[in-house]
Amino acid sequence: MQTKQLFFKLPSPGVFLVALLFCLPQVAQAALTIQHWTTPQGARVVFVESHELPMLDVAVEFPAGSARDPADKPGLAQLTHSLLDQGAAGLSDTAIAFGLADVGAVLSGHLDRDRGGVTLRTLSSSPEKDKALEMLARVLQQPDFPGEVVKREKKRLMAGIREAEADPGNVASKAFYRAMYGTHPYAHDEAGEIDSIDKLTRGDLQAFYRSHYSAPNAVIALMGDITRAEAEAIANRLAAGLSQVPALPALPKPDLAAASDTRIAYPSTQSHVLMGVVGVSRNDPDYFSLYVGNYVLGGGGFDSQLMREVRDKRGYAYSAYSYFLPLGEAGPFQLGLQTKLAQTDDALKVAQFTLREFIAKGPSEVELTQAKSNLTGGFPLRIDSNRKILEYLSVIGFYRLPLDYLDTWVDQVNAVDVAAVKQAFARRINPDKLVTVVVGGPASAR
Amino acid sequence: MQGMWGLVLAFAVAGAQAAVTDVMLDNGLRVIVQEDHRAPVMVSQVWYRAGSVDEFNGTTGVAHVLEHMMFKGTKTVPPGEFSKRIAAAGGRENAFTSRDHTAYFQQMQKDRLELALQLEADRMTNLIISDELFAKEIQVVMEERRLRTDDQAQSIAYERLMATAYQAHPYRRPIIGWMDDLQNMTGQDARDWYNRWYSPNNATLVVAGDVKADEVIALAKQYFGPLPARALPTRKPQVEPAQIGSKRIVVKAPAQVPYLLMAWHAPSLKDWEKDTSPYALQILAGVLSGNDSARLQKTLVKTQQIAVNASAGYDAVSRGPALFMVDATPAAGKSVADLEKAIRKELDRVKREGISDSELARVKAQVIAGEVYQRDSLFYQAMQLGDYVTAGLPPAALAGRVGKLRAVTAKEVQAAAQQWLKDDQLSVAELDPQVLKPQAKNAAVSGVRHAN
Repeated sequence: MQTKQLFFKLPSPGVFLVALLFCLPQVAQAALTIQHWTTPQGARVVFVESHELPMLDVAVEFPAGSARDPADKPGLAQLTHSLLDQGAAGLSDTAIAFGLADVGAVLSGHLDRDRGGVTLRTLSSSPEKDKALEMLARVLQQPDFPGEVVKREKKRLMAGIREAEADPGNVASKAFYRAMYGTHPYAHDEAGEIDSIDKLTRGDLQAFYRSHYSAPNAVIALMGDITRAEAEAIANRLAAGLSQVPALPALPKPDLAAASDTRIAYPSTQSHVLMGVVGVSRNDPDYFSLYVGNYVLGGGGFDSQLMREVRDKRGYAYSAYSYFLPLGEAGPFQLGLQTKLAQTDDALKVAQFTLREFIAKGPSEVELTQAKSNLTGGFPLRIDSNRKILEYLSVIGFYRLPLDYLDTWVDQVNAVDVAAVKQAFARRINPDKLVTVVVGGPASAR
Repeated sequence: MQGMWGLVLAFAVAGAQAAVTDVMLDNGLRVIVQEDHRAPVMVSQVWYRAGSVDEFNGTTGVAHVLEHMMFKGTKTVPPGEFSKRIAAAGGRENAFTSRDHTAYFQQMQKDRLELALQLEADRMTNLIISDELFAKEIQVVMEERRLRTDDQAQSIAYERLMATAYQAHPYRRPIIGWMDDLQNMTGQDARDWYNRWYSPNNATLVVAGDVKADEVIALAKQYFGPLPARALPTRKPQVEPAQIGSKRIVVKAPAQVPYLLMAWHAPSLKDWEKDTSPYALQILAGVLSGNDSARLQKTLVKTQQIAVNASAGYDAVSRGPALFMVDATPAAGKSVADLEKAIRKELDRVKREGISDSELARVKAQVIAGEVYQRDSLFYQAMQLGDYVTAGLPPAALAGRVGKLRAVTAKEVQAAAQQWLKDDQLSVAELDPQVLKPQAKNAAVSGVRHAN
């Protein structure tokens, strides 16, 4: 349903949260001790014990995101993922839904380009937790992919893609990834494509499931009101029922795209402008310089140059931003804004100029100090809830970040200086090689 | 005598949860503190009881525009400086406007509350709204309207349905305002709004987190205490005349897929101890769409496959009246009319046969667990307190919510469906998609992509 509130600026959940989570820091709080081990079946486990609330969160993730779609079957990862809880180990979709709800448990899915997984939130009291974990195990280990349900969910997924076409921002985002990634598996949307989904079979889903949802591919994150011994037992139980298909190789490295300028007609009142380049992977040595520097360019809300130039000074847009989305391989650097059709070119020029200036001159000392103050001073907010910590655990496990990543995060931010930002941006962003997408306005306008 | 406040209330929320402190300063500012010591952080929110419901025709959207102007400087804090200082202290901040209220918040380390309170107290009375900055910001707000409403077909359908379901009550007007009103709004409209509603006796400060209640209250008194109370305008009830027959509208907008919205007039929670329908309607919404195989999903999406999505919603907490809503997207090849028929059939089944004991128990199990899960989010806890209090409900209503929901019987749910989900009380909006085909104007004008 519709949201109840309007915000002064885009609230952090949404795309910005995704971007932030990856750079997530963690720790620093002495209280947050991360434990890590591998189950006998080869699943990697990341665990934080916390007894303050009587609840448990479990996330199990696999390299089963949309980038793992076979080239001729975009949408297979998404469809497979959405079928997991729609019938498993002989239980119907309804029996699973009721089994979870009867004990107040919440099962949710997550799928992006790299990762596909399932998250369970349950009370930690005994009958509830046991029942909820039993459902989680069934869903992960024995999805049935019933033929009739596959047919139904295909239609729903296709309808969802059609529905999303009513959102010009979504149209722009899809075109942006296509233009930037070409034939690389990051190019297509997580949801896949209608023509391809239409042809997928139950056999396709079973094969994808077998080769991706295996124990050596699994990362199990646990957060909450259980002991280490319990966590081990739960992880073993979840991993034991998964196949032993070996861990998948990494994705190919994307090439840098040549400059391009894509204009798409759309009956909207605004143009959605996106521009960017192929950015960095999760383990890139430039990552902190880029992340901290981007706060000044377009990540720091009203502290950022983009918000100042596009929104504050000119009133061109409600939202103007930039971010690096680090993935397993190089994810995008993306800059975006939306503005009424008539001022599209003006806003585009301001954004381009701001980016060029930033790459040429870097942040000022004052701006960089402000960025570091906010990021380091706000660090405790990044780990102030079980849900946030669970997401960090998944990221650390999945991307094999060092376990002390969180302990050193504040130091890594503090170590960034103006020269490092300038050099990193100059290395990574060639303003003559931007991929630009503009969605909006009549076909005859240009 | 310095330092006395009107009333002090403390009570336990949901089991182990710490007590809520609720006090009133002499100038009418209400201060609510929820201690939660899990993490060394806090959230501070200032809620004003002024939302779009308080606006007049011709200046719709002004509550939200003023929210934007609140960041544009005071006598001592230059434009943009508020955000800069909070950010420098590691804080996150934002503000939001709803039909019932406007609220401003900061999330920070626990020892930085003083900065937040100092800045909020300053802009409660010292705001400067220049015509020059207003002229810029109103452009931003119009872009926001285009982004959220004008280019979102389902949002348009929702906006037009509200304007149909309510004919007299101000909930008929969109929070963001009609575009024509935004285009004709002046700096003086914003200044009038600020002078009318922004005063301590129309505000509530909610602080949650790793703080001590007495210290929060002392700080609140230090910074907000000196601010003078102001006479507030009388608020007229503006009761919606009884609907006497169903209403329906068709909304044509660019989209690929149709969409159906149905809304029945329903009561909101007023006397939290005596009211019964609002609790029964919350349970009903859970029975209809509280899990992946609840009635609407099971029947419409999974069995009949007439819809690809269907859900029910009801928000009992508001200053004005409420609506019980159902929204759904038809499956390919199915009409909105067929879908509406199928939804009505499901609702009739509840009215005729009631709900099962297991359905009731299931929703209650979710409510009880949900109460624990909510405590994982400091922000959400503060949001709920502010939402309740601004709607005129005491924090005790929030603490008593689970007990009230647990007491609802299957018979009460059936009776509520019979009483409130009547055709004469129904308004329907159908999104008639004006099919669009995104077309490339000129793809890749410069260069070849992915030359290896």
